[in-house]
Formats: sequence, C-alpha cells, structure tokens
Amino acid sequence: MQSSLSSPRHASSHGTPNRAAIIWAALIFATMLTWMVGERGDAGPAVTALLMTIAFAKGTLIILDYMALRRAPLMWPLIALGWMLLVCSMIGLAYWKGLAA
Amino acid sequence: MARNSGPETTARRLPGDLAIWFFILAELLAFGVFFVVYAFTRANHVELFNAEQLTLDRTSGAINTVLLLTSSFFVVRAVQVAEAGFSRRAAPWLAAAFACGAGFVVVKIFEYAEKIGAGISLSSSTFYMFYLSLTFFHFMHVILGLVIIAAMWNGARTGRYGPGNMNGIETGAAYWHMVDLVWLILFPLIYVMR
Repeated sequence: MQSSLSSPRHASSHGTPNRAAIIWAALIFATMLTWMVGERGDAGPAVTALLMTIAFAKGTLIILDYMALRRAPLMWPLIALGWMLLVCSMIGLAYWKGLAA
Repeated sequence: MARNSGPETTARRLPGDLAIWFFILAELLAFGVFFVVYAFTRANHVELFNAEQLTLDRTSGAINTVLLLTSSFFVVRAVQVAEAGFSRRAAPWLAAAFACGAGFVVVKIFEYAEKIGAGISLSSSTFYMFYLSLTFFHFMHVILGLVIIAAMWNGARTGRYGPGNMNGIETGAAYWHMVDLVWLILFPLIYVMR
C-alpha cells in the first residue's frame, strides 16, 4: 500500500482502499442474493420487500461511500437517501396495489 | 506530521463541481419518475408483466450489475490514488473502470440483439415498451459515462489530478456512481420483482 503510506495525512472524503474493497464485496454479495431470488422465481410481498431493502442498502453504500456524501454537507446525503427511500417505497406500494387489483 | 487536525481537515465538503450535483439530482428525479410509473403500470397489468419478464435474461442483468459495481470500485480507487498525489497511477484504475463499463455495453448489445432478433420492439407490448425505453435511457447514460471516464483517464495520464486539483476527477466519478446507483433499482425492478 505504497500510496496509502506516502499519502498526505489529511482527512480523505473517499475513505481507504480496504473500506472501498469491503463495500465492493458487500455490493457483489447483495447482487448475488437478488439474482438468486430471480432464478428461484420467488415472488410475493415479502420477497419484494426483501428486494427493495437490498436495493436501498446497496444504494446507501454507493451514496455515502462511493459518492463520498458521508462527509458532504448534510443536505446532500439526505436528499440522495431520501430519493432512494421514496422510490423504493413507491415501488413497494405499487406492488401492493397490484396484489389488490 | 499533523494528523487530521484543524478545522479544514474535518469540514464537510461536497466532492466535485456543484453543478454536477444539480445535474445528478435532475437525473435521479427523471429515473425515479420512470421507475414509479413502471411500477404502477405493472400494478394494472401484473399477469402480462410477470409473463414477459420471464423472457428477460436475469443472468445478463446480474453480470451487468457486477460490471457496474466493479467499475465504480475502480473509479473510487482512482480518486483515492489521485487524492494521495499520484495522478498517473490513477490512469490504470480508470482504464479498468472503462473496460468494465464497456463490458456492460457489450452485454447489453447482445441482450438487445437477442430481443430484436425475436421480433420484439417498443410496440410489442406495454412491458417491452418499458423494458426497452428504460434500459436504453440508462444505456445512453453509460455511454456518456464512458466518454467522461476516458477524459478522466487522459487527465490522470498527464498528471492533471492531485490533492490540490481533485475537482475534475471527483466530478466525473460522481456522475459514474449515479449511473451505477440507478441500475441498482432498475435491475430488481424490471428483471426480478414479480
């Protein structure tokens, strides 16, 4: 990790290489979960809730860490996370509406 | 050497150019509206959407998700290396990010070719209209993102970036992560949810 050792010791907005790699592994694992749900043909409200929860969790990692909004003025992560939560919730609501139809 | 001391090192900071963040918000709004319209349209045609969703290649969708996430990781590494003062070392990371993004394009082209070969078009059904238009809208964002990554690679190669000049690389990175973020909803919504 030559770059880490010789980097300026100022607070980085972009985290460490290790953290970025761990987050990548978590994102890939979550993607495999989503893919497996699709391959098994699982369906239903609980499965949809799971899929949207996984999407929200993955989005949170991207927004806070990869987009580096964790250290941005609070308004920006709140807007991005709020968008993610709103869209995932609306999709869940639409799914529920489809069940009732 | 002082470590993480002083107000400058702990101050909250929006990475990249402010303008790109307003652009990203506009893009998120547009994609969000499309996703919600898709979901509520599906609610009125559940059987049609469930049946035609089965014709999609979920494995291609998952591979593309992995490619975009890996590309995003490489971009993060490029930004970290540039921030550490090694602009030229960021270039290989950006080249790897470009390769993953190009891989996404190739997989998507094969997917489109298969659908077009099967006679599927925008007018085939409501589901395919959404599938083709939403994924193509995203596809165009990937193409633009690749152009941006190529420009970032050129900048890194010439030593443009460093602790005092992160604006360009952070701006491009933010756009690329947005392209990734949107796909994280698109994949389960269109390919998996039933």
